[in-house]
Amino acid sequence: MAPRKPGKVVGTAYLKVDGPDKVTGRTLFADDLALPRMLWCKLLRSPHAHARILAIDTAAAAAMPGVKAVLTGRDLPTPFGILPVSQDEHALCPDRVRFIGDPVAAVAAETEEQALEAAHAIRVDYERLPEIDSVQSALRTPEPLIHDYGDAGNVHKRIHLEFGDTEKGFAEADEIVEQNYFFEGNTHLPLEQHASLAVKTPDGKLCIWSSTQTPHYLHRALTKVLGMPAAHVRVVACPNGGGFGGKSDPFNHEIVVAKLALLTGRPVKIGLTREEVFYCHRGRHPTLMSVKAGVRRDGALTALHFRTQLDGGAYGSYGVASTYYTGALQTVTYRVPRYRFEGLRAFTNKPPCGPKRGHGTPQPRFALEVHMDRIAERLGLDPLEMRLRHLQPANSLTANFLQVGSMGLGKCLEEVRERSGWREKHGKLPRGRGVGLACSSYISGAGLPIYWNALPHSGVQLRLDRSGGVTAFCGATDIGQGSDTVLAGCVADVLGIDPLDVRVVTGDTDLTPVDLGSYSSRVTLMMGNAAVEAAERARALVAGAVAEKLGVPAERIALEDRRVFDLEDPAKGMTFQEACIAAEAKHGTLGTVGSYTPPRSPARFRGAGVGPSPAYSYQACVAEVEVDPETGEVKVPRIWIAHDVGRAINRTTTIGQVEGGVYMGLGEALMEEMAYRGNRGVVHKFPSMLEYKSPTTREMCEVETILVEDPDPNGPFGGKEAGQGPLLPVMPAVANAVFDAVGVRVDEIPVSAPKVLKALQRLAAGQEGRYGPAGLPAADYGEVTRVLPPWEGGDGRDMKKQEVGAGGVRGHIPGGK
Amino acid sequence: MLRLPPFEYLRPAGLEEAIRMRADAGPAGQFVAGGTDLWPNMKRRQETPAVVIDIAALPVLRGVAAGPGGGLRLGAGLRLSEVESQRDLLAAYGAVAHGASTISTPLLRNMGTLGGNLLLDTRCNYYDQTFEWRRSIDFCMKKDGDTCWVAPGSPRCWAVQSSDLAPVMVALGAEVTLRSTAGERSIPVAALYADDGMKFTTKRPEELLTAVTLPAPDGWRAVYRKVRRRGSFDFPVLGTAVWARLAGGGPEPLVEDVRIVLGAVGSAPLRARAAEDLLRGKPLTEEAMRAAGAAAWKPAKPMDNTDLTLGWRKDVVRPEVARALAELL
Amino acid sequence: MTSPPTRAARGRTVLHPLTVNGETKDVPFLPHETLLEVLRERMGLTGTKHGCELGECGACTVLVDGKPVLSCLLLALNAVGTKVETVEGLAEGGKLHPLQQAFVELGAAQCGYCTPGFLMTAKALLADRPRPDRPCLKDALAGNLCRCTGYLKIYEAVELAAERMAREKPPRGA
Ligand SMILES: Cc1cc2nc3c(=O)[nH]c(=O)nc-3n(C[C@H](O)[C@H](O)[C@H](O)COP(=O)(O)OP(=O)(O)OC[C@H]3O[C@@H](n4cnc5c(N)ncnc54)[C@H](O)[C@@H]3O)c2cc1C
Ligand code: SF4
Ligand code: FES
Ligand code: FES
Repeated sequence: MAPRKPGKVVGTAYLKVDGPDKVTGRTLFADDLALPRMLWCKLLRSPHAHARILAIDTAAAAAMPGVKAVLTGRDLPTPFGILPVSQDEHALCPDRVRFIGDPVAAVAAETEEQALEAAHAIRVDYERLPEIDSVQSALRTPEPLIHDYGDAGNVHKRIHLEFGDTEKGFAEADEIVEQNYFFEGNTHLPLEQHASLAVKTPDGKLCIWSSTQTPHYLHRALTKVLGMPAAHVRVVACPNGGGFGGKSDPFNHEIVVAKLALLTGRPVKIGLTREEVFYCHRGRHPTLMSVKAGVRRDGALTALHFRTQLDGGAYGSYGVASTYYTGALQTVTYRVPRYRFEGLRAFTNKPPCGPKRGHGTPQPRFALEVHMDRIAERLGLDPLEMRLRHLQPANSLTANFLQVGSMGLGKCLEEVRERSGWREKHGKLPRGRGVGLACSSYISGAGLPIYWNALPHSGVQLRLDRSGGVTAFCGATDIGQGSDTVLAGCVADVLGIDPLDVRVVTGDTDLTPVDLGSYSSRVTLMMGNAAVEAAERARALVAGAVAEKLGVPAERIALEDRRVFDLEDPAKGMTFQEACIAAEAKHGTLGTVGSYTPPRSPARFRGAGVGPSPAYSYQACVAEVEVDPETGEVKVPRIWIAHDVGRAINRTTTIGQVEGGVYMGLGEALMEEMAYRGNRGVVHKFPSMLEYKSPTTREMCEVETILVEDPDPNGPFGGKEAGQGPLLPVMPAVANAVFDAVGVRVDEIPVSAPKVLKALQRLAAGQEGRYGPAGLPAADYGEVTRVLPPWEGGDGRDMKKQEVGAGGVRGHIPGGK
Repeated sequence: MLRLPPFEYLRPAGLEEAIRMRADAGPAGQFVAGGTDLWPNMKRRQETPAVVIDIAALPVLRGVAAGPGGGLRLGAGLRLSEVESQRDLLAAYGAVAHGASTISTPLLRNMGTLGGNLLLDTRCNYYDQTFEWRRSIDFCMKKDGDTCWVAPGSPRCWAVQSSDLAPVMVALGAEVTLRSTAGERSIPVAALYADDGMKFTTKRPEELLTAVTLPAPDGWRAVYRKVRRRGSFDFPVLGTAVWARLAGGGPEPLVEDVRIVLGAVGSAPLRARAAEDLLRGKPLTEEAMRAAGAAAWKPAKPMDNTDLTLGWRKDVVRPEVARALAELL
Repeated sequence: MTSPPTRAARGRTVLHPLTVNGETKDVPFLPHETLLEVLRERMGLTGTKHGCELGECGACTVLVDGKPVLSCLLLALNAVGTKVETVEGLAEGGKLHPLQQAFVELGAAQCGYCTPGFLMTAKALLADRPRPDRPCLKDALAGNLCRCTGYLKIYEAVELAAERMAREKPPRGA
């Protein structure tokens, strides 16, 4: 089915609906809220990376001035976690701390200072345990266990999938290219520090305002841990001052203030310090990777084998999904006829890793795109033309059964080739200057929800009345990506009104229908589809009433420019408000709903839940760099990026997302890293805005953004995601450009000056001009699941099950021969 | 939110009152000027003075006047943004103005002062951390602990002198004026610093830094280069200040005299004397610049307590010194 | 003109006159409270944000006597006798300031958390240099971090506002 055609709103640069509030300081972020008699909460956090809690003495703290309540792990014994398979977190650690910063106790007091002083007065006796600071040490140290669950020792998750016989694929190759890569962890660093305010209403119910991207999942966690009926818990997601994935887990501090509000009967607020935000983390997993590719002389892949080892930190978080994601999307850009993926995630004594913009895919994308550059170099091919020749076709299934719909990568490549002057630059700039290319793709929402259910992923309700006012309700959360603007735009487009005419009410579990949250780039596609459905139903009500009034068939009714009229005689009609009055008179009180559930994926094997998406966005990116050959310092003056967004619902916000993605990618490429001190108990090296390097105006490059619009049948108006994909190609494009500039490979992110200089020094000394990991520690990835690719007759199931299934069918038709 | 610990606030009306207040407060007292160094340190509980004496607004600290022998006397209370845009400075003391302009951000430079910059606490990323963080490493020698985690066997602290203007002022041969109830003294800026992360200044706690006197611009030249990760916010991981008297024009003038001072590679600004000796009395050729870079590389001993790796920070001394010399021309 | 008190006792809350956005009010606060805390927590002016409280992000930027400074590193006491401007005072008579208008139009505020800081820095810049070029703009804004936009839309918005202000034709409201 072709997507709905845009009217007068979608595709334009209409105003961001929350703009006026944001520029006047009126937007209320969670920390901006205050209530009468409000108490302040402070958490006492573990000073040890791994230790048993022997005893906690809170008596002195409880007696301090202003203190109203003190909590420890005993008060909140129920575990929680974002994934059903990793319910391994506690609001306060009951018996064990697993990283420096793990919360142990909480205080509510009249002022924040009093709460802090009291927290310092809590005595905790610890027995220290051996600390694990990396995948290597986790593999070496199966005991003590950081968690008493997982696939083996301190290995949280093992994955081994093979799609087709990769050995055969390698045997058919003209060349085999192998290399190891490392992607250091980094974090979201939203400018807003997390904050929450909870209150117990006089009827015994709970309400919490929080800086969360996922009010629905927080709602579930609160219900579970507090043992309250879900209907008595209200979560209001405040606008987030940046999220990027860092506010998409339910957090211990949120549960703690809720509990304190219930206990004290007073509103309780917490505002995390920047250091504490680093402890919440859930950012990029440090990932070691090895890539083996078989290629023919023309650059066609014959087989691809990826290994990834993820340093998960102290808790599960989204980690199982992250691990699958490090192996999922390698197949959607270039044809990969046979593919094998081995991945593992280890528990370590560091703040937990999770989903950061690109969730699990930037690391392998970096490895793959640098690998493609190597392959082109080895084969003497132009890396851009080589990629162009072997693109995964539109409307196709990949080896791992991902359903690709619209696919604009070819157009993206051509665009950046022309705009960047690629042909004149690549391999031709003077030493010290270079250009590099990389491509990428990202999901527009995951095909499956985080917990198993058969419910819609997104719901929208519309309320219209005689005032002509339209209110759109949806559980989605605006984290700056502009989802409120998309919601208003989709509704306004269908109803022929202005987006600013639509009041949006979002992210409130009492008022709005469930939307799973602002993660995995799902909101525009899923909420957008739900909004279009609800708006089309409302349109039908309005058009029907007007048709009756005008005495023309409903098909002839148009809604445009706040008018509802006869298409054949546009003068015949009425204002939108008059139309609403007619509709309310005809139908009674007006309200419609829309919902969205993604199509079912053809993949059936275990682990097939990660990767499928209703639509994939595509990107091609060229970075230009200047490398100082004496210091190794890298400057990026300019980036060209083409992004296949399917359809830009709003041009301004779409370009904003692309530029923001490039910005964050640039930071990851050059400087951002979560670094820890091994010598002092795996402490975070510098949990501050000053020492965690986020690019300033002085580092940010110029960006030329090209939107490629190849409408996808599954997207609202054909739209796909824009929030995450554009970050992905930046890191490999920069690394490839450094190679073009000075002839050395830094197979590690960030590409910092010391690494470049080291590689240059090696090159000068006659060694390989490379900086990167030598290899991966030996590991067991578990038993392999084999799935035949579609072109070899696979049906998406595990081969074992496929054989059994087929045999079963035969066995049931005894007389059929 | 990180908040300041409580203290008593005093605002003197004049110089005499300021130094008297400071003397009265004793070890519990502390001056504050722009507060851009002191307040963060206090929020992290690296310092908790009971009495804070606010000298920022003292008019006597805010002047720019002719110094002895044609030099320039800068009040210690001048804001960094005033230093970077001061006309007299821009004309004759480009390295000072430039050095000031590289400090942190335009916003911070509207607050931070010249005096505060020279007296900025030494830095170390085991130390510039919150109380909670420092507790998790069992504190360190500089504050509340016994061991230096940068060099655990060491009897001293290696925190880094990270002021951008310190190496510039040392290279220029500037002087500071210090005043206390005991009287006034002037010392070369070089003598203001001690090579110890904890006792990093020879200024007595009760002394007020009132002015910095720059030498007359009688033909010397000076430059300052700063290495850091980002072009804003960041402290130097290497600052290179070079002052020289060059004789004869042309592309390779003769070096009559030269001072090369490295910042952020030790607890005090570091004179690269061997490099200076190589240059003195010789033409400033490209080769000489490179040789000077190599000679300056040797004594630079950065420790692993700032941003970026110590190996790299040492390695870039070579090109940075050579480039600074080239900028003289 | 009032000036800061010459002495303020530790831990004593005292009323001090503060002039914020043209209005002078007596506000109670402690000597160790920063202007950031007083604006947000004592005066309810939560438009001024904070991301670090250590001078490392620029989110808390306000104007003091026309100069952009970090309110997290300024004692509220030091603001006594000065003119403080915050984002709440930018729009006049219910009409957006040209900078605000341009930020809305060009999508320069994504999450909007850094926006008040950028607006205040930009206002001071334009008062000083009505038509800044890009390098000048980048320098002036180098003390404000934004994690969402990559700054590009912010530059464009400041340039658009500068152009409109230079033409002195008030922009038409959206
Ligand atoms: C995020 C950030 C980045 C920074 N980046 C840099 C940088 O890149 N380069 C750099 O050099 N600095 C940097 N700084 C440090 C500092 O802000 C500046 O050096 C500034 O100049 C300090 O001046 P101040 O007036 O604010 O000092 P204050 O904080 O007021 O004082 C600092 C110290 O000096 C003492 N003091 C101040 N004035 C006098 C005086 N007249 N007499 C006696 N004692 C006095 C104080 O008692 C205090 O101990 C940075 C700070 C921050 C927060
Ligand atoms: S150098 Fe050593 S003693 Fe000094 S601050 Fe750093 S860790 Fe502490
Ligand atoms: S809050 Fe970050 S600079 Fe003030
Ligand atoms: S718009 Fe989000 S930090 Fe700038």
